[in-house]
Amino acid sequence: MTQDAGSIRFILNETEVALSDIAPTATLLDYLRLDRRLTGTKEGCAEGDCGACTVLVGRLVDGELIYESVNACIRFTGSLNATHVVTVEHLAAKDGTLHPVQQAMVDHHGSQCGFCTPGFVMSLYGLWLSNDAPSPADIEKALQGNLCRCTGYEPIVKAAEAVARARPSVVFDPILKVRASITARLQQLKTTDTISLTSGEDRLIVPGTLSALADILAEHPTATIVAGSTDVGLWVTKQFRRINPVVFINGLDELQTIRETADGLTIGAGVSYSMAFAKIAAAYPVFGNLIDRIGGEQVRNMGTIGGNVANGSPIGDSPPPLIALEATVTLRSKDGARTLPLEAFYIEYGKQDRRPGEFVESVFVPRMPETERLAVYKISKRRDEDISALCGAFRIAVAGDGKVTSARIAFGGMAGTPKRAANVEAALIGKDWNEATVISAQNAFDADYQPLTDWRATAAYRQLAAKNLLMRFYLETGGESVQLRRFEGVA
Amino acid sequence: MMDNTTFEERKTIAGPMHATLRHDSAHKHVAGSADYIDDLPEPAGTLHGALGMTDRAHAEIISMDFSAVEAAHGVVCVLTAKDMPHSNDISPSHLDDEPVLADGLVQFHGQPAFAVIAETRDIARRAARLAKITYRDLPHLTDITDALENGAALVTKPLTLQRGEPEAEIELAPRRLKGRMRIGGQEHFYLESHIAFAIPGEDDEVTVWSSTQHPSEIQHMVGHVLGVPSNAVTVNVRRMGGGFGGKETQGNQFAVLAAVAAKKLNRAVKFRPDRDEDMTATGKRHDFLVDYDVGFDKEGRIHAVKANYAARCGYSSDLSGPVTDRALFHADSSYFYPHVKLTSQPLKTHTVSNTAYRGFGGPQGMLGSERIIEEIAYSLGKDPLEIRKLNFYGETGSGRDVTPYHQMVEDNIIHGIVAELEASSEYQARRAAIIDFNKTSRVIRKGIALTPVKFGISFTMTAFNQAGALVHVYQDGSIHLNHGGTEMGQGLYIKVAQVLADSFQVDIDRVKITATTTGKVPNTSATAASSGTDLNGMATYDAARQIKERLIAFAAERWQTAPENVSFVANHVKIGDELVPFPDFVKQAYFARVQLSAAGFYKTPKIHWDRNTGRGMPFYYFAYGASVSEVSIDTLTGEYMVDRVDILHDVGKSLNPAIDIGQIEGGFVQGMGWLTTEELWWDAKGRLRTHAPSTYKIPLASDRPKIFNVKLAEWAENAEKSIGRSKAVGEPPFLLPVSVFEALSMAVASVADYRECPRLDAPATPERVLMAVERLRAAPAGTV
Repeated sequence: MTQDAGSIRFILNETEVALSDIAPTATLLDYLRLDRRLTGTKEGCAEGDCGACTVLVGRLVDGELIYESVNACIRFTGSLNATHVVTVEHLAAKDGTLHPVQQAMVDHHGSQCGFCTPGFVMSLYGLWLSNDAPSPADIEKALQGNLCRCTGYEPIVKAAEAVARARPSVVFDPILKVRASITARLQQLKTTDTISLTSGEDRLIVPGTLSALADILAEHPTATIVAGSTDVGLWVTKQFRRINPVVFINGLDELQTIRETADGLTIGAGVSYSMAFAKIAAAYPVFGNLIDRIGGEQVRNMGTIGGNVANGSPIGDSPPPLIALEATVTLRSKDGARTLPLEAFYIEYGKQDRRPGEFVESVFVPRMPETERLAVYKISKRRDEDISALCGAFRIAVAGDGKVTSARIAFGGMAGTPKRAANVEAALIGKDWNEATVISAQNAFDADYQPLTDWRATAAYRQLAAKNLLMRFYLETGGESVQLRRFEGVA
Repeated sequence: MMDNTTFEERKTIAGPMHATLRHDSAHKHVAGSADYIDDLPEPAGTLHGALGMTDRAHAEIISMDFSAVEAAHGVVCVLTAKDMPHSNDISPSHLDDEPVLADGLVQFHGQPAFAVIAETRDIARRAARLAKITYRDLPHLTDITDALENGAALVTKPLTLQRGEPEAEIELAPRRLKGRMRIGGQEHFYLESHIAFAIPGEDDEVTVWSSTQHPSEIQHMVGHVLGVPSNAVTVNVRRMGGGFGGKETQGNQFAVLAAVAAKKLNRAVKFRPDRDEDMTATGKRHDFLVDYDVGFDKEGRIHAVKANYAARCGYSSDLSGPVTDRALFHADSSYFYPHVKLTSQPLKTHTVSNTAYRGFGGPQGMLGSERIIEEIAYSLGKDPLEIRKLNFYGETGSGRDVTPYHQMVEDNIIHGIVAELEASSEYQARRAAIIDFNKTSRVIRKGIALTPVKFGISFTMTAFNQAGALVHVYQDGSIHLNHGGTEMGQGLYIKVAQVLADSFQVDIDRVKITATTTGKVPNTSATAASSGTDLNGMATYDAARQIKERLIAFAAERWQTAPENVSFVANHVKIGDELVPFPDFVKQAYFARVQLSAAGFYKTPKIHWDRNTGRGMPFYYFAYGASVSEVSIDTLTGEYMVDRVDILHDVGKSLNPAIDIGQIEGGFVQGMGWLTTEELWWDAKGRLRTHAPSTYKIPLASDRPKIFNVKLAEWAENAEKSIGRSKAVGEPPFLLPVSVFEALSMAVASVADYRECPRLDAPATPERVLMAVERLRAAPAGTV
């Protein structure tokens, strides 16, 4: 049996906290509001979609202290070991002087009812810390996870532009001035010892190493593995599911690596979308564009590609491009590791090929030959921070004679799992890559998919849009510009 | 700190009327120190409530078993309809059709049938899921078309507006078109969900903090359910985290339950529903089905209009009567209908009872009217703007200046607004360029539209057009301001404070804005119908006037001079040639036993309305505006972007341009969401499946118009004697984004060479846009 050991230790604004009796499902938001009476952080939705609860969490990445915006409503307190949590109350100087980010929001009339405002301030603060000269696209991206119902956003964006333009050289900042000491302190709090705590009947476990994780899962094969909690968080806040015991893997450095070789990218299961973005976008710009449309910034800072793959959702956004790219997934347990093609991992709706005691260790994305073309298209009711109605990835190789030599097409939102369009692929391979072939292949979608009607789209729309996306792909390979772009170079 | 500069140093005050000022709470908002109800410290022993929700759209409740609920650790009690001490009804229309808790009959999926009170909110919410309810299912109607076609009952009496001979004239008109438009509802999505917090007092007293736009109604409902008089109930609200109409009546159930539990248990009780519970259990904007029939001539001039506006009202009347009335009041948009008959049909459905939402039916009324214009334009091959101009209300006395409700349009400035915007936005050149672009662009198509707004200001229930204010001037010259309006982000408090500062000619930081409470100003109307500043600003002005008159009389006597020699100048009172600092003057007045406190009052003049005859002057004045929107659509997927928006809007003489621009921009984006991505979706069981931001998509920063030019019509001034000659601004801008909808429509129409009206329904989701494209491509001309 895993014995109780240690405590969850983190820094809250300027106070160090050690918690040894916390439920595995206790959220940071409740901790802030109920236990600490830090009520500046608001609850708007309790599902990571509105951003009213945005706080910054600082953590060490390769020894460097970085701060990321997160949704406190679905961030479990048990996942905070060796972090620095920064709330809106920490921004202003002791004499009440507002931080420049806050002052810009005041000067530009960026608040009306004010309830979303602390969350916006924290998102803007996260941007301010990480980007000296944000473009309009950068600002909108930083705000994708924050809803405002009053202002129409214009004054908030103006505030963001203004504070970026006029960065005072000497400014009071609660993070920058203590960077070195926080870094040192977090280094001390980081541990390779396993933390294990019980609270009533519930248990949370924070393994210190990968091998400890394998041992823990061998002992608790039904444990819930939590990386970013952007999905599991809702099991708790919305469904009251019992997920005992909970194993938090977000602090495991061994799962935080992203390795680039001549063969491709190996992405550790704990790597967040934000951390993976640069390397994926460099290798596959269209995949990078897709990542920019997954959740909001807070969700991308928390959510992992490993988790997106492992939870098996039919509407997860990373599986279609990963399947098109022939990605493999490596699962590890105490007994060793095995690797299988990602598409084989998905058995049916709600069922994946993950055996008791196994965890997803990494996803390998092989390098695609430069002669091939890849496109990824996400269709949703709202462009950003929405779940796909459908998401399609198209990959094709066309020989010198104009014939299609290979095709891999995969969709989310069209079946019970992320699924390849085998009939469409067959209808393309060996044919001339031209409009007639595409029109004829469009019919094959009916054999591949029988999508559902739900609140995101009707079956008819899903099928029609999927067919039309093949045409879009064809037109784009011919150099035609057929996608709407809000900003040049950004899909 | 108050500034003690001399008059010579500064001859103007900080924060007069018409000045750009920040929201009074802006600093607190950004610092996280503005307190909402859930942020207030809780007294020891505070309990928390959660709703027990049903999972049938229409059913009899056979039994409810709470044994598992009551056995849960930390549960204090379960409340059902039988625990309501005096009444289980909170119908704001007084039709006795809205139970606090379902009593034997479930009328919408999710309707609360019980409430759990527990030591923590988490315990209460978890325990609420442990009840075992058995039902006998009854047939349900949730969809508006089904309701219409199956002869659903009406929740309240319908309205007819008629003028002239519509039946005959529509037959005589050279051309005629009929059609149907489906208009979706809308979730308010205030960022702060509903909340109520009740603290029991002595005897029959209770104090409730409620996130409400209507404290007096909360007071009445709490009193009614508890069976205590209004004087036992005090309701407070400092600020809401958004309202938009969603907190006009919908806070009642939470406030009542908190108060009932607090009195029963003699402990403080808080009710804060989760977002999903809030979206499931509280009403929304009404969906409408508009059937129209229009007769017109070959130029596009309208001869006669007949239209029926059927609304999905939900299971009870709530505010559906006045909402559907207002839809008809705006079914003329800005156009003169020589002969007209408009009817409303407030349909009962087994869905949550729909309620007030910014515009209050007006946007739906107007959208139907603008569809008629589109139909005429596409059928004649003309620019809809040309048809609009042809049909605008004429100048006063033109004979084309009377509305379907027989009110004359006496302050018409729509021609000037539209002409100015058409020029400044370069509408004609851009439209020509777009038509050229569409000729050669295979996949991406563009559209542009200019649509007008004319919105009637006043509650159509004449009695609601009254307001009170309470002003105290203290001996140190500081001023306490209270009025019946509530602050939900719209900037009411700062605007009214400007009125008061301006009246006394003191810097605005001398004025303390205080929380709205039924204990200071009684018998208030909801802060709604865009009326907050008009009514409360005037009431406050009246309170200041009374105090100033006393002060002037005092000065005239003390200084032995004529009253006209006494004036209020920047932070001073000028008596003859003598300047006395305001605080010193006030102190002297106190010692002279002058009453330094006053209750102000205002009632809107001129208005009257007879619903039975459909005649009257329901509106004191109209607010105007117009917008031009340009969009691009992807004809392969239906996806779209809003490329540019230009707005010219009339707020009269603005009391605070920054606040007004904020209302216009925010109202526009909110209205754009209603018409584009915000879709409410019920499944076959009658369950709302879009009940959280993960499934219900309001606009993001990246959805706002990429170029967004917003201007006030600076030359405008209210023709009526409103406060500072300003105009109401809360609702009218919500109607501006109809131009986005019509620009999408034009882009779709391009695939059939603009020969067919695309008949887009709202919201124009990417799916609806794509399906409209497919429909137009598939159909030969004249058959769509």
